[in-house]
Amino acid sequence: MTEPIIRFDKVVKNYGSHVVLDELNFTVAPGEKVTIIGPSGSGKSTVLRILMTLERINGGVVHVGGEPLWHETRNGALAPAGDAHLRKMRRMLGMVFQQFNLFPHMTVLRNVTEAPVQVLGLSRQEARERGEELLGMVGLTDHMHKFPHQLSGGQQQRVGIARALAMRPRIMLFDEPTSALDPELVGEVLSVIRRLAEAHDLTMLLVTHEMRFAREVSDRICFFDRGRVCEEGKPDDIFTHPNEQRTRDFLKAVL
Amino acid sequence: MLFGMSWDTDHGELAFALSILPILLRGMVVTIEASIAGFVIALVFGLVLAVLKGARSPFISFPARFVAEFFRDTPLLVQLFFLYYVLADYGIILPAFLTGALALGVQYSAYIAEVYRGGIEAVPHGQHEASHALDLSPVRTFTHIILPQAIPRVIPALGNYLASIMKDVPVLSVVTVLEMVNVAKIIGDQTFDYLVPLSMVGALYLVLSLVASVLVNLLDRSLPKTGLPLR
Amino acid sequence: MSWVEYLKPLLQGAWVTIELAALSTVLGAFVSFAAGIGRVSANWLIRGIAITFIETFRGTPLLVKLFWFYFAMPIAGQAIGLDLRLPPVEAGVVALGLNIGAYGGEVVRGAIEAVRPAQYEAATALNFTRRQALWTVILPQAIPEMMPSFGNLAVQNLKDTALASLISLGDMAFRAEQIRNYTQDSTTVYTMILFMYFGIALVLAGLMRLLERAVSRWQRAGT
Repeated sequence: MTEPIIRFDKVVKNYGSHVVLDELNFTVAPGEKVTIIGPSGSGKSTVLRILMTLERINGGVVHVGGEPLWHETRNGALAPAGDAHLRKMRRMLGMVFQQFNLFPHMTVLRNVTEAPVQVLGLSRQEARERGEELLGMVGLTDHMHKFPHQLSGGQQQRVGIARALAMRPRIMLFDEPTSALDPELVGEVLSVIRRLAEAHDLTMLLVTHEMRFAREVSDRICFFDRGRVCEEGKPDDIFTHPNEQRTRDFLKAVL
Repeated sequence: MLFGMSWDTDHGELAFALSILPILLRGMVVTIEASIAGFVIALVFGLVLAVLKGARSPFISFPARFVAEFFRDTPLLVQLFFLYYVLADYGIILPAFLTGALALGVQYSAYIAEVYRGGIEAVPHGQHEASHALDLSPVRTFTHIILPQAIPRVIPALGNYLASIMKDVPVLSVVTVLEMVNVAKIIGDQTFDYLVPLSMVGALYLVLSLVASVLVNLLDRSLPKTGLPLR
Repeated sequence: MSWVEYLKPLLQGAWVTIELAALSTVLGAFVSFAAGIGRVSANWLIRGIAITFIETFRGTPLLVKLFWFYFAMPIAGQAIGLDLRLPPVEAGVVALGLNIGAYGGEVVRGAIEAVRPAQYEAATALNFTRRQALWTVILPQAIPEMMPSFGNLAVQNLKDTALASLISLGDMAFRAEQIRNYTQDSTTVYTMILFMYFGIALVLAGLMRLLERAVSRWQRAGT
């Protein structure tokens, strides 16, 4: 058994008195494509945000690539992670946001090249070549020199995907990538994600309401309920004969 | 000697500071008086300007807008000198304090007019419509419906301008108004120690600013946001 | 003397006014960014210094600060053995620049805090350091928001330069007083400089509007 690339070990996350993650145990194998589904408030997005270091945890340990994420070993014991450790760990991860979050004051190309230049130390030329290739892959070569507000939501999200990929992460996190899009624009984004899933040995963790898409693309579906994994398994198993009543209720409501 | 009080330069800095404190506080009283006088004049001039600027006829509103812009973009010091010397040239001799308050009122009238306009425009349009439907006269609509709702909204902005006026009062020292900074400078001129009086005035001003902002806050919170209650 | 003869000294004074305004505005801009960025720093010491500076300089009148730098600071210098005497020009530029910088600091802070938090998250996800995120992502979005207030502050600073005449700086207001003392012709000379200040203020306001358009060009791209 290979070491999981992501491991949540009895992770607890609270917002004040509200418990969002309730001693969550959750793993993802390298190269696996996992989709997390579940009712709102079940902690799905929180898992992604914790991985991307946007949220702290209140208990338990998160491991990414075999090392603790929010902790580091100092003098043989686990201590809260410092900035340098977090920056090192972040290199393995990339995130695509529901609201795209492109930088409005930069052109599409610059959105994609800025982090590789400043963070990875690429030259402008190298970053540009990488950016042009990725934008070509997502079908936006003609829009390279436009500003985000000149693009449709679907186009902006594709830029968001290219921007995250430009950092060459090992794990891509998709936080409801199409939930903010008009229905007719959803397809173009999903097809980019599908191609990514088919072509790469990239680990992908997806939170989405697009059930049909989740079924096509995932190696495993995880149904989250009230801060824990309620049920998980192969897409066909989960969607056609779920074991848990809560899973059945949820699927009945959304399908 | 100032205000009939003298200071003590023979017993070290602390004794000096303590001895000039009552003199500075006497100056602070003048500062506060001048601020309030200037503020009241600004409130009145501002109202006039606001009404003229909002007039339907461009023959009235255009010159009014020009005058407001002119007051806003020219220095208080120059406006003060203008009033002080030019009025005297035409035979109108006003006490320095009043000239100073007038200058403050003129300088801030344009800003206050904008505050009025903002406050009135912030009253929801539906209020005008409801008054019209109830057949209230325009004057009654304005005084009993619009104005009581506009006033609580403008209190914070007006409070800010009162604080600004307080910080502009020292300019009045050039026409010999004995406000706090002038007092400190005179003490400095006569004792060659500017450091202690000016630093104390700075500290006293910080206290004044704090007290003013607390009072404005209290007033703001005591007034219901929906409007002045009318029985 | 007729008003034409007043023009030469007044224009000399106007040049001093413009120089003073320009230098103090530039200093004020640097101070504004230093104070505003310091105000939102994660480091409590930097934040404390910024807050103290902003509150002290905003809560005290400009004339106090002007007199303090010109009259009081040399005395403080004597006490600690340093020669801190400043000529009127330097004292004026420093007092005006720090004064307008304190007000500008609050404008900078407000604009930085107005940038959507999601932008920070995007920057974090891409592994920018805090400093890289501030300069590459946050400030460029904050700057267009600051410009209207900066325009007002620039005009305010121009008006404030007149106070420097009270520490014997030969600006327009100083020259006007000189002429009035000599000729007793208050109305003419003061009317002239009122209009001259107004004219300079309008030009300054126009320049600030051009600057505002320049920094927000990306917002209008494609329209």
